[in-house]
Amino acid sequence: MNIRGVAIDDTFAEAFAMAATAITITGPTRRWAMNAATSMTGFATSIIGCGCEAGIDRELRLSETPDRRPGVRVIILSMSPQELQKQLANRLGQCILTAPGSACFAGVGGSTRLKLGDAIRYFGDGWQISKRVGDGRHFWRVPVMDGEFLCEATTGLVSDAVGGGNLLLMGRSYQTTLRAAEAAIDAMRAVPDAIMPFPGGIVRSGTKIGGKYKGMLASTNDAFCPTVRGAVESALDPSIASVLEIVIDGLGEAAVAGAMRAGLKAIVRLGPKRGAVRVSAGNYGGGLGPFKFHLKELVA
Amino acid sequence: MKPVTFTLRREPDQRLDCAPLVPHRLAGLGAGEIARIPLNTTRQKVTAGDMFRIRAGDPTKIHFEGGSERLDNIAEGLTAGEIQFEGPVGKAAGRNMSGGRLTIAGNAGPFAGSGLSGGRLEIKGNAGELLGGPFPGEMQGVRGGLIIVRGSAGHRAADRMRRGIIVIEKEAGDYVASRMIAGTLIVLGATGQLPAYLMRRGTLFLAEPPSLSPTFLPSGTFPFGFTRLFADHLRAESRAAARLLRGSFQRYAGDMAVLGKGEVLVAAS
Repeated sequence: MNIRGVAIDDTFAEAFAMAATAITITGPTRRWAMNAATSMTGFATSIIGCGCEAGIDRELRLSETPDRRPGVRVIILSMSPQELQKQLANRLGQCILTAPGSACFAGVGGSTRLKLGDAIRYFGDGWQISKRVGDGRHFWRVPVMDGEFLCEATTGLVSDAVGGGNLLLMGRSYQTTLRAAEAAIDAMRAVPDAIMPFPGGIVRSGTKIGGKYKGMLASTNDAFCPTVRGAVESALDPSIASVLEIVIDGLGEAAVAGAMRAGLKAIVRLGPKRGAVRVSAGNYGGGLGPFKFHLKELVA
Repeated sequence: MKPVTFTLRREPDQRLDCAPLVPHRLAGLGAGEIARIPLNTTRQKVTAGDMFRIRAGDPTKIHFEGGSERLDNIAEGLTAGEIQFEGPVGKAAGRNMSGGRLTIAGNAGPFAGSGLSGGRLEIKGNAGELLGGPFPGEMQGVRGGLIIVRGSAGHRAADRMRRGIIVIEKEAGDYVASRMIAGTLIVLGATGQLPAYLMRRGTLFLAEPPSLSPTFLPSGTFPFGFTRLFADHLRAESRAAARLLRGSFQRYAGDMAVLGKGEVLVAAS
């Protein structure tokens, strides 16, 4: 399939079910809300080595935050609710609690709850204060050196979140490929409930499962590496100079599909001369992941 | 469907226990059956029909027309539904409510909202002593829900309060929030002697400077984040309280004579 000179492979991205949650982080200023959110979502690119995948969903208007301060919504995903809880508590305690003026609130509802303030309230060493606001929401006030850390007791668990949606962008030069990826990311960031967890949303070291060395769970995706073309069974024709990948996680199938659709649209809009000439997606033959995002359906 | 309506025939000769006249006890009853419900008084046998003209209707909504300070235990144990009361009520209105709404368009006697654990109680007039407080021998007063008093409240409002929110829009008497265990009390008018006396935990918001016990210690002035959450929650219930809660507060920690984990937050000028 070719749209305005951009080839869209007849393939699909294969994605997996993950446990996820969203939280709202606020601060005295936008800068400090963002500092806390950036720190909290740091080193959270891939489940393979980080224990979770996390990213900033979007900045929030003052009217959208519970305490009417500048805020950021963050999404965090892991393979199990137990691991998600562990990552959430660690990152809350080390990255949000520590940030000047921060506060933290549930960013998603749901009957199954994950501990937020309930997990770190003992930091208050007996001086923590419980507050229930009439509609059933429960908060902890923990005394800290700059005043008080306000934290909602729990947040919702999204048990049917989706991780691993992806796009593979191929261009005739490194610059055009990166430009296409940046354009796609800019468009995808506007889609709610989806995050792109890699640096700046883009990953250049796509993986295949396993490797020649013992113990390697994943190794470089040589079929898409231009420099080993000829030596391996390559997926690249001679005109491709560079490949970049965008990985998408979301709170649901629709969010991931929406982000992929927005990315594809931006890539097509940029065109093959200034951007990517071909777009593909990574999968494992369709037998592993329950979610399949067919590129043709997304651009239809 | 129209509410079940009780119109008071005359001022009761003696105190009258109106506890049976709540939605869950009227469900499925016609006007005749409701009229035969006995109401406790002293040695006289009195039925609902003796004291009220009754119009049947939707039992989840009850409307009382005409009040008396001798009508006790209105809406006792209310779990759901709505009771509107036009006129004054006696003691313990809304006692042990766990849900629903009770609105009293008049003054309430002592122990209004005693042991409330859920729902909403609004008193458009003044409340008597021990608003929300426990009966003698009980360990806890209000345990949840919301009480709003548009007027003033008598001595020892919110005594032994454990959870929930109480708003008093005018003055409160002596020892407001005495022996408070936890929860939130907001007083928009002046308070009497020794507010939060022997408070263990909990929060007492005051719009006016109090006459505090020396066992409360100043701990700074802050724009507390949690007060915004209460402000938003109370915006539809009490605009004046919401306005107060958007400001900064001077915090006094105490009562150090007991546990000392409570706080009196006084609006910073």
